[in-house]
Amino acid sequence: MMKTDEKMIVKGKRLDGRKPDDLRKIEMEVGVIPNADGSSKVSFGKTTAIVAVYGPRSLFPRHLQESESGIIQFKYDMATFSVDDRKRPGPSRRETEISKVARLAIEPVLFLKNYPKTTVDVFVEILQADGSTRVTAINAASLALADAGVPMRDLVVGLSGGKVDDTLILDLCGKEDNYSDADVPMAFLPNKNEITLLQMDGRLTPEETKQIIRNILHAGKEIYKKQVETLKRKYSE
Amino acid sequence: MSDMRADYILKLLEKDERLDGRKLDQFREISIEKNIIATAEGSAKVKLGKTEVIVGVKMNFGEPFPDMPDAGVLRTEAELMPMAHPDFTSGPPGEDATEIARVIDRGIRESESIDVEKLCITKGEKVWSVFVDFYPINHDGNLIDAGSLAAIVALKNTRIPELDKEGKIDREKLKNPLPVMHFPLMITVGKVGNKMIIDPTFEEEQVLDSKLSIAVTEEGKVVAMQKSGSVGLTDDDVDNMIDIAVKKSKELRKLIEDGKKTSK
Repeated sequence: MMKTDEKMIVKGKRLDGRKPDDLRKIEMEVGVIPNADGSSKVSFGKTTAIVAVYGPRSLFPRHLQESESGIIQFKYDMATFSVDDRKRPGPSRRETEISKVARLAIEPVLFLKNYPKTTVDVFVEILQADGSTRVTAINAASLALADAGVPMRDLVVGLSGGKVDDTLILDLCGKEDNYSDADVPMAFLPNKNEITLLQMDGRLTPEETKQIIRNILHAGKEIYKKQVETLKRKYSE
Repeated sequence: MSDMRADYILKLLEKDERLDGRKLDQFREISIEKNIIATAEGSAKVKLGKTEVIVGVKMNFGEPFPDMPDAGVLRTEAELMPMAHPDFTSGPPGEDATEIARVIDRGIRESESIDVEKLCITKGEKVWSVFVDFYPINHDGNLIDAGSLAAIVALKNTRIPELDKEGKIDREKLKNPLPVMHFPLMITVGKVGNKMIIDPTFEEEQVLDSKLSIAVTEEGKVVAMQKSGSVGLTDDDVDNMIDIAVKKSKELRKLIEDGKKTSK
């Protein structure tokens, strides 16, 4: 964690004027990439992710195929211009790890056994990064999979929590992410009560950790509702 | 694409017709959005029909080239993201991505669009590097023209960050516009049989014999060309393609200036 003298919370308000439990403005859209089987664009404040889903489709080279099951190939990528100092193109170690944990966050909702030897490809591009990019990507992936019509046990909701200036907060922006005492990105299946992504770095008491998880599960219900509304909107148009 | 589909497209072209009802020398509907990426110093989104591309510009410190110690550096890169087309695969930029980036770059560079000498910070040591990054979001053909247009619009709307007291880049303070002196437009003319078409869709690109991408300045000067495709062109073909590109570049320029989306 980096150090700063700047206060993250002043008179109960965060840097962008939010209260500790407030989420940023959330925007969701599906069907944004005509070539893809399913697609979406999701913003939490200035963080924007665009996602394309292709599949289930044949998987090559063949040695990657699973004879009894389909697989997910998940690629999380940040655009070079999504951050302050231009990011070098190509996958960093960070992006490779996020691709893995995000894949595992959505895998439990798909019926991959029904599609042996195939792949469901999920391609994420972070167009603007201002904190909480992986959970934004997971919400977008959930919508894009549903938009593709891939059968799912549940939608997947992502939200980050954390602690700054001795206060537990939700939906960290970039600066809070950089200077927080702890951040906890999490994804869960709202109807199945299963947590599918849980990461944490920083310093928290066990009680604080448990409280953040409860706060995420509670506030995540709003995100779930937004996902459902977004999907319904497409089909009512 | 199936042979039957390809035959159908070719038969239509023989009758001067296209799948989407356009004339051979007609653009698809064009839409241009500026400053769409809050984290970039300049950006643009261009749509040509269903083709959609994004270009973002970042300004970083760089070292000048030894033979041009007081000139800033322009660098254009392209990634053909797998999200944009089912045939694109992940991995480092291959031949096609590199060619697209270099052709976009050439139009901007050779028109001397950017006054690079205004980008010198300390002669021989420190200059601004201007990174132009091209991302296709949905590929339905003619990425080079869409990318070139997005690149020049993004550059035209780029603002240089201020330097703070310690000489560090302060990206919250974007001030002077990047000195963009010329506005080149890339027009790719495709040839199939004895027909010439512009702004080909992805399916049309599959049946083209050859393409010639031609960058034209506002004075109607040709500043860059790139031939692609596996069939050779005669000198008459090239003459013809240049004439089409110059004529269509004027039309496109007017379309952009008037803020319109289509022309007949």
